Amino acid sequence: MKIAVCIKRVPDMDVRFKIGANGTSVDEAGLKFDISDFDGYAVEAALQIKEKANAGEVVVISLGADNVQETLRKAMSMGADRAVQLKHDAPVFDSFAIATALAAELSTGGYDLVMFGRMSIDTANQATGTMVAELLGLPIITAISKLDFDGGTVKARRELEGSYELVECPLPAIVTIDEGIARPRYPSLKGIMAAKKKPLETKPAQVGEQRYTLDKMELPAERAAGRIVGEGKDAVPELVRLLKEEAKVL
Amino acid sequence: MSNIFAFAETRGGELRRAALEAVTAARQTADQIGGEVRVLIAGAPGIAVHAAKLAAHGADIVLVVEHDAFTHYNPEALASTLAAGLANNYRAAFFSASAQGKDLAPRVAAKLKVGLASDVTEFAFSGDAVVAKHPGYTGKIVQTLTLKATPAIISLRPGAVLPKESPKAGTVQNIPSAGDPAASRVVVTDTVVGGGAKLDLGEAPVIISGGRGLKEAANFTLVEDLAAAFGNAAVGATRAVTDEGWRPHSDQIGQTGRLVSPDLYVACGISGAIQHLAGMRTSKTIVAINKDKEAPIFKIADYGIVGDVLEILPVLTEAVKAAKQGA
Ligand SMILES: Cc1cc2nc3c(=O)[nH]c(=O)nc-3n(C[C@H](O)[C@H](O)[C@H](O)COP(=O)(O)OP(=O)(O)OC[C@H]3O[C@@H](n4cnc5c(N)ncnc54)[C@H](O)[C@@H]3O)c2cc1C
Repeated sequence: MKIAVCIKRVPDMDVRFKIGANGTSVDEAGLKFDISDFDGYAVEAALQIKEKANAGEVVVISLGADNVQETLRKAMSMGADRAVQLKHDAPVFDSFAIATALAAELSTGGYDLVMFGRMSIDTANQATGTMVAELLGLPIITAISKLDFDGGTVKARRELEGSYELVECPLPAIVTIDEGIARPRYPSLKGIMAAKKKPLETKPAQVGEQRYTLDKMELPAERAAGRIVGEGKDAVPELVRLLKEEAKVL
Repeated sequence: MSNIFAFAETRGGELRRAALEAVTAARQTADQIGGEVRVLIAGAPGIAVHAAKLAAHGADIVLVVEHDAFTHYNPEALASTLAAGLANNYRAAFFSASAQGKDLAPRVAAKLKVGLASDVTEFAFSGDAVVAKHPGYTGKIVQTLTLKATPAIISLRPGAVLPKESPKAGTVQNIPSAGDPAASRVVVTDTVVGGGAKLDLGEAPVIISGGRGLKEAANFTLVEDLAAAFGNAAVGATRAVTDEGWRPHSDQIGQTGRLVSPDLYVACGISGAIQHLAGMRTSKTIVAINKDKEAPIFKIADYGIVGDVLEILPVLTEAVKAAKQGA
């Protein structure tokens, strides 16, 4: 199977962010970057499909400035065969504009399966993969936690609130990956060395018109400091009183 | 005058709270800027019974699509039907940012080639624009966006708009699906409802969540008992718990699980790792029970009890039962 995985470079979230001087960006000083969480799961799932079949190709694609090359190399060090950078220096926020560029690239690739993370962990829209599918006229199953194939049919499971759906569609198709299929492997030293020699092609991105503008980024209001009601089960009556009289949730 | 649209989410033939949240948002918008509220509900024949409840929450018109092929969620046929309808004079369309809404809303936005504001916690209409707030970066940054195209597609974070009654006519109009709904390529073959709890994470105004501090799967009965005592609560879990297989993955709350903002979130034996906080920090009231008084969960909890969760939960359950009876 020929598989494309679309991946995004995002900052490590385990920090206290600062907003950039323009008010619409994150101050990147001192931040570490990596493959967005769910995109990493998608890369791993793609590699496992290829390894199980002992055939096929995994191509990773990322849209962005030259720093995404590091992200693409990381995916190749995990085992992806080659990479495509859709070069675009200015940040793009609107999923539809990004989807336009990805769809243009994917339409010529002859892929059996295109994979995305279910959402990127920074902008958190959960829309890009779906919009690519609409633009390409391909069937898509989003946010899947299990993936199987039965001949030319994709069989997947999608988590809902407190339940799940079993979903099928024919190949070629797009799937977006939730947690549950596979945790990404760590690149081996051998993988890292091999990735340096794997092909990474750079092309200009055909980003579409943005459907919305990002006006502001801000840190959320801090929660008011809470309090320890007490210790052990003796604190229960006071907690219940507070829930009733102060928080009014009982 | 443009109209305001809301999608009425159902599962297994039942109306979801997400539907009432979307209708309430549409009603509030129409009351502010004018226009009719039109709500679409699709399902197997008989789904129209829910029209009354949609009317009670402010639907002027309820568009009903009945077909056996809508017994399960049918994303392709729904998206085509919605896109065809929304092309006619709508100012905005509200969906829930539920699992279903997050699948459906971007399909519709892409078909119409208009903007989508996902997982919105606040919105305002001003002139020809819609300004929406959307938390990103695991909840650590709030992004403010402006959508100019019409209709603006908005998916609302569950709990951001609470269902409110505002009775209107809710005139039922039966409409056909765009295209043959039985010909969709993407087919949901089964919807499997897990767990015993009546309410799930998408519906419940109260969430009782358990972490590794519960020690073993069997102790989750203590969490379920507290949820039952509240009567309107669902059970959630941390990744440590779903990794252990004590609870299904669909119960996981956090960065890689569900994003929830209930009225009350009770964290039992949960340390408060940032990846967990990412999924629940917008809850209105947070209670934490943890034996370690330094646990990070206490930093965001409104009320904390330091102590053994296994000892405290049964006492709390009895106290909540008593309070409910007294109320
Ligand atoms: C990429 C990535 C994504 C992740 N996504 C998520 C996610 O979506 N959701 C999520 O939850 N986690 C997620 N995690 C995992 C997260 O980092 C934490 O490991 C996890 O949340 C910890 O779960 P916990 O609080 O149950 O367990 P622990 O951190 O082990 O905490 C257990 C707590 O229980 C307390 N305790 C122990 N015994 C008792 C007792 N008898 N009475 C009272 N308290 C007791 C302890 O003091 C401790 O604070 C993710 C991690 C990564 C790397």
